[in-house]
Amino acid sequence: MTCAAVWRMPKELESGSHESPDDSSSTTQTLELLCHLDNTAHGNMACVTWEPMGDGKKIISLADNHLLLWDLQESSSQAVLSSSTALEGKGQLKFTSGRWSPHHNCTQVATANDTTIRGWDTRNMSQIYCIENAHGQLVRDLDFNPNKQYYLASCGDDCKVKFWDTRNVGEPVKTLDEHSHWVWNVRYNHSHDQLILTGSSDSRVILSNMVSISSEPFGHLVDEDDLSDQEEHHQEEKSKEPLPDSVIATYEEHEDSVYAVEWSSADPWLFASLSYDGRLVINRVPRALKYHILL
Amino acid sequence: MEAAVGLGSGPGASPEEPEAPERRRKAHGMLKLYYGLPEAEAAAPGATPDPRDPTDLNGAHFDPEVFLDKLRKECPLAQLMDSETDMVRQIRALDSDMQTLVYENYNKFICATDTIRKMKNDFRKMEDEMDRLATTMAVITDFSARISATLQDRHERITKLAGVHALLRKLQFLFELPSRLTRCVELGAYGQAVRYQGRARAVLQQYQHLPSFRAIQDDCQLITARLAQQLRHKFRDGGAGAPELAECVELLLALGEPAEELCDEFLAHAQGRLEGELGSLEAELGPSPPAPDVLEFTDRGGSGFVSGLCQVVASYQELFSAQGPAGVEKLVAFARELGSRYFALVERRLAQEQGSGDNSLLVRALDRFHRRLRAPGTMLPAAGLTEGATEIVEQAARERLGQHLQGLCAAFSGCLTDVRQALAAPRLAGKEGPGLGELLASVSGAILGHIKASLAAVHLFTAKDVSFSNKAYFRGEFCSQGVREGLIVGFIRSMCRTARGFCDSPSEKGGATPPALLLLLSRLCLDYETSTISYILTLTDEQFLGQDHSPVTPVSTLCAEARETARRLLTHYVKVQGLVVSQMLRKSVETRDWLTTLEPRNVRAVMKRVVEDTTAIDVQVGLLYEEGVRKAQSSDSSKRTFSVYSSSRQQGRYAPSYTPSAPMDTNLLSNIQKLFSERIDVFSPVEFNKVSVLTGIIKISLKTLLECVRLRTFGRYGLQQVQVDCHFLQLYLWRFVADEELVHLLLDEVVASAALRCLDPVPMEPSVVEVICERG
Repeated sequence: MTCAAVWRMPKELESGSHESPDDSSSTTQTLELLCHLDNTAHGNMACVTWEPMGDGKKIISLADNHLLLWDLQESSSQAVLSSSTALEGKGQLKFTSGRWSPHHNCTQVATANDTTIRGWDTRNMSQIYCIENAHGQLVRDLDFNPNKQYYLASCGDDCKVKFWDTRNVGEPVKTLDEHSHWVWNVRYNHSHDQLILTGSSDSRVILSNMVSISSEPFGHLVDEDDLSDQEEHHQEEKSKEPLPDSVIATYEEHEDSVYAVEWSSADPWLFASLSYDGRLVINRVPRALKYHILL
Repeated sequence: MEAAVGLGSGPGASPEEPEAPERRRKAHGMLKLYYGLPEAEAAAPGATPDPRDPTDLNGAHFDPEVFLDKLRKECPLAQLMDSETDMVRQIRALDSDMQTLVYENYNKFICATDTIRKMKNDFRKMEDEMDRLATTMAVITDFSARISATLQDRHERITKLAGVHALLRKLQFLFELPSRLTRCVELGAYGQAVRYQGRARAVLQQYQHLPSFRAIQDDCQLITARLAQQLRHKFRDGGAGAPELAECVELLLALGEPAEELCDEFLAHAQGRLEGELGSLEAELGPSPPAPDVLEFTDRGGSGFVSGLCQVVASYQELFSAQGPAGVEKLVAFARELGSRYFALVERRLAQEQGSGDNSLLVRALDRFHRRLRAPGTMLPAAGLTEGATEIVEQAARERLGQHLQGLCAAFSGCLTDVRQALAAPRLAGKEGPGLGELLASVSGAILGHIKASLAAVHLFTAKDVSFSNKAYFRGEFCSQGVREGLIVGFIRSMCRTARGFCDSPSEKGGATPPALLLLLSRLCLDYETSTISYILTLTDEQFLGQDHSPVTPVSTLCAEARETARRLLTHYVKVQGLVVSQMLRKSVETRDWLTTLEPRNVRAVMKRVVEDTTAIDVQVGLLYEEGVRKAQSSDSSKRTFSVYSSSRQQGRYAPSYTPSAPMDTNLLSNIQKLFSERIDVFSPVEFNKVSVLTGIIKISLKTLLECVRLRTFGRYGLQQVQVDCHFLQLYLWRFVADEELVHLLLDEVVASAALRCLDPVPMEPSVVEVICERG
């Protein structure tokens, strides 16, 4: 039985609030255990995720076929189950991963079970969309575009990365087919969402540039000062040709399956990947591309 | 004398001079001959060359004084005496000669004189008679003049009377004209009536100011109008055939009806008739077709409409040839309009022909159609009938090609359905159905048969005896672009596309495609690449020797396409089969509680199943693909490698990891080991052989096993079970792959990962593992 708990990072390290759903990290003595998410009634924890924008009081966890919304109370020393819903259907349905959308006032959560992706409304815990057979095989990971509403990336055992518009789930907007084995992770860059990072058990990390479906399909348009919603009106002012959608780099430093990739929350050009052999590789976005995006 | 002749003809003589003396001398000669004078004798004494010599006795210019002088001066006396006697003798001879001549010719002289005298008398008598004749002639002339003068007056009167008589006859004709016309009209002798009318018209026109003539003219006009009316009536009636109609028009034209109007009316009438034909044709089309076949249809159209049109055009051109370009224009517009309607009908009928597949009938029908329209086409090239017909034929040919392409595609998918059924059937029956090899042969044969049939059917369009086969389109574009590119290349492309369709959408309907079908299609495409495509194209090029040199798809492009399709299908097959096996493995790992499992006593059933399935796949692939190349193997493969794997590696690799103090060593060791092994590309493209296919499938399956194991936590016996399972797989899978090292590597990795994920990693004794595996 896997469980989940809330921890506090030591003060000197505190910069983000990332936490591990796994309680096997007992060796890190500096973490302070705050509370357990009591899942005895719901089965194995598959995924835990914070509310992206809130005050850190809400957590979603996925346990077998249950979607659980927790409220942290009394300075996070107690986790109270505020609402939950269960996925019903034939066979044993199990969530494999989930993601909390930063848009729509943080009321949407996307989950993956087997080959299906589902969207949920956290206010009444009802399903809002469902992408059947999103991937040929198991869906491994999801990520929301942080700058563009409705856009969702998914990856899975069919070696593909797919991009969806959740308003029209019949067809993926785009499909990447670069990996030669299961894709375990997909991550949007937080500020330049054309940059997509994927990690796979073919021991490769691939950085792709998906300009055409990013929030800046025509390159960087105006000054940083300008409001982003004005960008739409300035499309005709594009100064340069955007790059085509392409793979920017394939990182082959890992000798074994890569199980996690993540962008730095401090520096938008920095990312890390972690593989089974215990290797943590930190890379930068190529300089030429960085300047192309910025200038 | 002879000398004179020679001189007379000399150059210095004047033209008259030698002529006259010569003739004279000739006469003289003849006389001489007559009188028997020997020529030599006569010539001998005066043998002097010069005729003007006054001393020449026989010369014309003889001068006796000179002669005598000369004699006296030159000659001696003796000679003079001689010459005197000679002269005397000669004179005497001449005198006697003259006397004999006179005697001999005396009678003749008398007779001539008598005759002359008699002639004189006669002439005098004749003169008298002539005088009498002259006086008589004068009398006659006188008489004649007198008679003429007397008759002159009467003759003039007679001439006048004759003129009056003719006029009166004309007038009578005119006066009778109305009644005659009426009678003619009543009898229906329109031609006669029109001739009368034509004769009288000018006169009537001229004398219309006279009231009586006016009346006649009015009458005539009335009758003529009636006549015209009747003619028009007949004309409009439509009962008459084209020749009669033409006659009508001719008469009407003669009656001076406006030609333009007649043109219009003629055409309008013809249009009515032809429309009737078209109407009957259309009725045959009808909503509920009684369906005469297309040949019959075009036949009817040809004999009814087209020949009618021909007649109309011919008679129009004959009747209204004087109308100039405006008339021709009208006719062209007329023919064009009707022709286009006819074409529309034919097109509709041809469209109905879509469904049925009898090409020869269609071609014959088109041939007939095209042939029929040639006649009006040549008569009236401006109407574009031939072009229109050719266009329709081309259109029909194009559509036929399209249908054949569709037919081929349908046949191909039909074959696929058959294969699916054949593949599904044996499982139900529990018996071996036809093998994949036979299925492949039958599919390939069936498709080839269909292609050949289509080619043969299409070939009819270019047969020599078909009237349109020598058109540029059928000689060039039809062959190269239509048949070769459109039909054959199009079909091969569509076949590749259909086949690729099976690997493009695995999530939507992937489960529905049986893997064996993928395999079979892959082999089919590969066969096409190696031989069939070039065979088919050669066949096509032979049958359709086009003069067209537009670019065609080269064989190599198609081959590359087919090869790519085959490769993708095979890769997809590997993926699908790998997925089947790996799903099995994944379920077996995920559903088991590895922490609390019991000590392993035998190999898990699922592993046996995996080996069985792999063997089945091996057999299946072996039916269609060659063995392929393996890496050189150690002679005693399984045992020895296994022992290395289980004993030395076990200790060398993950023994240290059991002590928590040295986790780094494990990683280090495994990393070092990986440095020397190649990276395993799991979903890599496969080659066209059995080993490569099997290697791909096993790679996928074992990699899945590895990833699944890493997600679990194991107890001691869980680890041992994995050990046993892996050893079992090791024992049976090596033989399928190209490089057995690969299997070892992956299985090592699985056991190592399980050990890492183990709470109490105590491995099983290798000997025990072996025993268990051999037992199971």
